[in-house]
Amino acid sequence: MAAAKRPPLPVILLVNDLLDGEVLFAAKSGKGDDRGWTRDVREASVAHDDAAAQALETFGAQQVALQKVVDPYLVDVTLAEDGAPVPRHYREVLRTLGPSNRRDLGKQADLQS
Amino acid sequence: MYRYDEFDERLVRERVAQFASQIERRLDGSLSDDEFKPLRLKNGLYLQLHAYMLRIAVPYGTLNARQLRQLALIADRYDRGYGHFTTRQNLQFNWPKLKDVPAILELLADVEMHCIQTSGNCIRNTTADQFSGVAYDEIEDPRPVAELIRQWSTLHPEFDWLGRKFKIAVSGATHDRAVLRGHDVGVRLVRDEAGRLGYQILVGGGLGRTPMEGKLLREFLPREDLLAYLEAVLRTYNLEGRRDNKYKARIKILVHETGIEKFSAMVEDEFARIDGTKINADPEEQARIAAYFAPPAYEDLPDVSRALEDAQAQDEVLARFVEHNLFRHKRKGYAALTISLKPIGEAPGDASSEQMRLVADLAEKYSFGEIRVTHMQNLVLPHVKLDDVPAIYAALATQNLATPNVGLITDILCCPGLDYCALATARSIPLAQDLSKHFADTAKQKDIGELNIKMSGCINACGHHHVGHIGILGLEKKGQESYQITIGGDATEKFALGELLGPGLPAEHVPEALDKVVGVYLAQRQPGETFIEAYRRLGLAPFKAAFREVSDVVA
Repeated sequence: MAAAKRPPLPVILLVNDLLDGEVLFAAKSGKGDDRGWTRDVREASVAHDDAAAQALETFGAQQVALQKVVDPYLVDVTLAEDGAPVPRHYREVLRTLGPSNRRDLGKQADLQS
Repeated sequence: MYRYDEFDERLVRERVAQFASQIERRLDGSLSDDEFKPLRLKNGLYLQLHAYMLRIAVPYGTLNARQLRQLALIADRYDRGYGHFTTRQNLQFNWPKLKDVPAILELLADVEMHCIQTSGNCIRNTTADQFSGVAYDEIEDPRPVAELIRQWSTLHPEFDWLGRKFKIAVSGATHDRAVLRGHDVGVRLVRDEAGRLGYQILVGGGLGRTPMEGKLLREFLPREDLLAYLEAVLRTYNLEGRRDNKYKARIKILVHETGIEKFSAMVEDEFARIDGTKINADPEEQARIAAYFAPPAYEDLPDVSRALEDAQAQDEVLARFVEHNLFRHKRKGYAALTISLKPIGEAPGDASSEQMRLVADLAEKYSFGEIRVTHMQNLVLPHVKLDDVPAIYAALATQNLATPNVGLITDILCCPGLDYCALATARSIPLAQDLSKHFADTAKQKDIGELNIKMSGCINACGHHHVGHIGILGLEKKGQESYQITIGGDATEKFALGELLGPGLPAEHVPEALDKVVGVYLAQRQPGETFIEAYRRLGLAPFKAAFREVSDVVA
């Protein structure tokens, strides 16, 4: 079926975890379709073409149907020097970090490198 | 304050059990997310940028010490040790987990609290003047009315699926501290020529993307008819209000499109059809409720407290605290004491669990166990003896709760914005913190005097920017956060919507823009004239010209 309007490539997939509400990213797969979720954007799977973006969306929809996550959507990113995806829009950057006025809360605190 | 009877207790416990069951059914897939979402919203549970958010009802902004301690316990056990007090006098927790929500709701039920109807398309928390029952300018305590409305509107079977949210505010004083003209319905206690008490009813006010001032619906409504009349208003709205477009679904749009005369006629028609005896609270019920709000056992005290006068003379900061944070009480020797949750450089309206426990202790010791939440996101100890103010002040200072800035330029009203909220278009808290630090100098603050800055991180206006003396709206411009500044808003009985000063600015230029605006006031004010009074006299032009000095450079 025709793809809905997507943000420009490359993209990652964001969701909220249903049980605890945390932001999760579709993770780099092990092999084939064996995907999972990660709390850390540095481990997010980056789609560089339409087929990969579609695969991310399909995975998101499957996980929604399994009552694991809600509100999946693709986010366009640039890649940092170390290859980590960085969202282009400031709203999505905040979702990878946490509240900017409380650096002791959210991923920015929980996921120290 | 109101205490639950066995019906209230059972209703709240059943609601907790019901929601716990709905969560289970969501998790096992028997409820879809589309089915679950309206149900969780009506239990105050949002999904935000980083986590869930739980909004707890604080009925007409009244809390007791035991309840505040329980909120602190919940903050520590199930959240991140703090909560946020909102512009509708509620409390928000920003980090609850869905699986923990039933346990949180049980803890709330243990202290007669809940999250029912704090979100969703239903009647929300009815808010009230934070100085209800104690203000010197009060006609009558409006809290019994607010409690009556609360009971009538909770799980009302006809109004559980409205076209949109519905917000009611109540005031019993001559000055409006409850933003009546910015609500869907405003209820104002008044006396007629014969001195009888009744209500003036306002309708169709609202902020948000299409701000409108509430219109006079009924000049005088006899007391006994209140619920039947509100029923008529809600029924008319429910039947005639738009449901085709979420952004045109509030009652303000219906009133605007219909015209107030025709709308009023529709309401009166419906009111005439309603059998009041089936809906209105009978006098015994009204008396039963009113008894919960009887004044506490005040002492007979002199007008002036020697102890406070002496203490002030020796402590300049205490003197400023007394000047700005105390509100004139109807009872001699007492004051309503506002605790500023706007310490310099901190997030407006946030309180840590430690701070909550301290306020609870002080309420118990000095204020008959009672606390209020204000729509300006501060707290109030409503009945303190002037004699006790120095001790209270000293205790508050140990937890950074003694900032003497109530009503001043650093008493900023600010929504959570894009740091928390999924609806936001820009962050609001960091700019509020910067402005707070920028204007921190206490002598300068005193010189500027009364000036309300109100900030929203999007056009939904939860930060009331339209009715700020200075309003700030955070938007996105060319991929960056951009802040539009308005001037001349007023949330009181002199209700006014602010006017735009010019194009949006990046955050780093907002402080200097406000310096320019405040500078016009300081240069041109007449003796004793406040900022908003000077604006009304001078008009927009000089402020706009001063603003351009910054915006032209930035452009």
